[in-house]
Amino acid sequence: MVLTDQIVIQLINGIVGGMILALVASGLTLIFGIMDVVNFAHGELFMLGAYVGTTVMVTTGNFWMALIVAFVVIGVLGAALQVTTLRPLLGRDPLYTILATFGISLVLQNWAFWHYGPVARKIPEPFTAHFALFHLQYPWYRIAIAALSAAMIGGLWLFMKYGKYGIWIRATTQDRVMASAMGIPVPLVHTVVFAIGAGMAAASGVLFGPLVGVNHAMGFDWTLKAFVVVVVGGMGNLAGSIMASIFISLLEAFASLWVSPAQAVIVSFVALILTLLFRPTGLFVPTPK
Amino acid sequence: MLVLDGVHSHYGKSHVLHGVSIRVDAGEVVGLLGRNGVGKSTTLKTIMGLVRPSEGRITFEGADITGQAPHRLARQGIGYVPEDRRIFRLLTVLENLRTGLDRPAVDETRRAALLEKVYTSFPVLRERRNQAGGTLSGGEQQMLAIARAMMLEPKIILLDEPTEGLMPRMVGQIREIITMLHRDGVAILLVEQNVPLTLDVSDRVYIMEKGMVRHHAPAAELRASHDVIHQYLGV
Amino acid sequence: MSAATPVASPARAASAALPSRRLGVYWTGFAIVVLLLAAAPLVLPEFWRRFTTEILIWGLLAMSSDILIGYTGMVSFGHSAFFGLGMYGAAAALLTVRPPNLWLAMLYGLAGAAVVAIFVAFFATRLRDIYFSITTLVFSQIFYVIIFTWTDVTGGENGLTFRQPRLGVPGLWEAPFTPETLHWFVLAVVAASYLVLRRITQSPFGMVLQAIRENEARTRAIGYHVERYKIVAVMLSGLFAGLAGVLYAIQNKFAAPDFVLFIISGEVVIFNVMGGMGTLVGPVAGAAFFLLLREAFSRFWTEFYLIPVGVIFTLMVIFLPQGLLGFARRALNR
Repeated sequence: MVLTDQIVIQLINGIVGGMILALVASGLTLIFGIMDVVNFAHGELFMLGAYVGTTVMVTTGNFWMALIVAFVVIGVLGAALQVTTLRPLLGRDPLYTILATFGISLVLQNWAFWHYGPVARKIPEPFTAHFALFHLQYPWYRIAIAALSAAMIGGLWLFMKYGKYGIWIRATTQDRVMASAMGIPVPLVHTVVFAIGAGMAAASGVLFGPLVGVNHAMGFDWTLKAFVVVVVGGMGNLAGSIMASIFISLLEAFASLWVSPAQAVIVSFVALILTLLFRPTGLFVPTPK
Repeated sequence: MLVLDGVHSHYGKSHVLHGVSIRVDAGEVVGLLGRNGVGKSTTLKTIMGLVRPSEGRITFEGADITGQAPHRLARQGIGYVPEDRRIFRLLTVLENLRTGLDRPAVDETRRAALLEKVYTSFPVLRERRNQAGGTLSGGEQQMLAIARAMMLEPKIILLDEPTEGLMPRMVGQIREIITMLHRDGVAILLVEQNVPLTLDVSDRVYIMEKGMVRHHAPAAELRASHDVIHQYLGV
Repeated sequence: MSAATPVASPARAASAALPSRRLGVYWTGFAIVVLLLAAAPLVLPEFWRRFTTEILIWGLLAMSSDILIGYTGMVSFGHSAFFGLGMYGAAAALLTVRPPNLWLAMLYGLAGAAVVAIFVAFFATRLRDIYFSITTLVFSQIFYVIIFTWTDVTGGENGLTFRQPRLGVPGLWEAPFTPETLHWFVLAVVAASYLVLRRITQSPFGMVLQAIRENEARTRAIGYHVERYKIVAVMLSGLFAGLAGVLYAIQNKFAAPDFVLFIISGEVVIFNVMGGMGTLVGPVAGAAFFLLLREAFSRFWTEFYLIPVGVIFTLMVIFLPQGLLGFARRALNR
């Protein structure tokens, strides 16, 4: 028998996890929406962001610095990767971008293993205040994560809607050929968007860092989770992927009341499969007629 | 001003253009006629860099622009209005215009002036400026597509079948727009199926068949004698 | 995988005959390769003998994947599921039936792989491109979790160990495997599989698969029941992948969930791309190339061999997408 307070705790955990996932997935869906690239290395960018965060925390002890530096450093890395490996593949079968990003994920993951070693690192929580939630001392930090993620996603949305170059990004996403014919430097837009997506993944890594240890293998699970979310939410649909993130995260949180967390992931996979079978354009997207 | 010299290009695996040579001088209106599938649209796409020519040269104002990226050409002053318009459906009318308006070369005052000018020529766009492009009617979308290209302050506009799918009474509007652009000194390369309109507004006309230019004459000549038109287009 | 390619009628393509001189060269080459591989246990030290056997097994796995990637145009990121189920199926036979029987192990293994293949086949007919690929990935993850957590049946994290069966037919003749006979057995199975797969890919059936890869809509419009072909392709691919899993189980005498992990599926795709998709032998060469690279880099860089190998792989995707044997694709498929 499951107690109501357990349900409420999982509800909050699910939302917190969902917001981090939303931050990761929004980068992935942005990248896919604008250049049809399935970024297999997205989880590795998350992981490297977390590692950069650990380094900054060790040297400055400032959590905000860690967030900003990770965003910028991994954003630049993302831009460099896009220019060197993805631009040459433009126009080729999408299979090749998947393969190329897969290759990149192998290199990044093993480089992290080599450079940082096998021992997990920790990012200390920026503040350790707790509040009483039923019989638990629930950390305020977790709530802060959800708020920060929401703020960053909100910032992205505002930038796309009202920002100076938001129109360029949205036009390129809708019709890259016509955007180019209107003078929008599409290759540059692609690089910038990839950089933004990478930066967001890195920021999520820093936010997530204090919750668990940072290790070189953490990336793949997030890539997979983000994929599930992006498909369930509708490829390229920002709002959809946010809703899907929370949905999937809640599903897993509740499932782990009955089964182990390792088995709870099957629930999200089943959601993915059902979505693909019955609502392939996305669970939260009305099926086009 | 714009010169195509012996241009060959492919669409997928088919060889569509077999050595096309065309010239458009500053301020001219040049028509491009031909049956469906002869390569008229492909010619425009090749000029605009959407299709890469396998052979031949394209020059604009003396400079070689063969195979250059579309966004460079747009910045250099070539506007493109594709068939089926291709406006950004999810952007508002104003945002559609801004894709061409937001250029580093243009300052705030000039932008406002350009916008005002377009709103005056196309009052319906001012009315619908905050509506999503996809909600506009076919005719309104065509006007938006042309207005959008005008935002680039182009020296030449490539117009691909502007009257396609429009109601007959809108053809008159298109004629007016072309006349207005011509008055402003903008050159136009017009691809059309509507022969009377083309002969009416153009200075010169090329007729294409199977990827090649078969005939080239001043519009006046073709207006006077219908034999050539009949021969190539069967109308 | 491109949309605008005109498609010739597959049946017509299959009947194009190859000049017999080229056939002669091809079969001579094949015979030479097989003989060299057969000689391996006689001339190589044990470590390298085992290495060669492993290349053959991974090569078979890569070949099975090529049916989908190279010939039908469906990228599977979940081949580790077929491989793993083949392995565990064999384990089941070798642990539950006494005395451990080689052929029963193969049967159980193939049955296990077939079960997974049926699921995947179902999705293959409904999903395209990236959605199919992600689904196969997800499937292999699901199986991994099940195997990892169902400790009672699968041994969980630790896997299962069992005795090696004897080579031969009970009642007629039997003998325990020696390193040499094991290698020859694996070689025989892999070579036979190659011949079977080659026959299939060059038949009208194989031509239809390739037509599907080039232009699915067109193939359907001509009148072929694309769904049926895809289902058969997935079953075929899954069965041979499972067979590779059985061979692996027999050679190493253990089954572990690690082999169902995504990294295995990823490596299979690497073999296919590095070796050359759509050539059948290419993926085997790709497997050999990868394993040799890994061995070489491991000498200098221990566990971090994937950094240089990953870089090489990515560079190949960009600059040499047809793979090592891609240039010979036409020749190998005639």
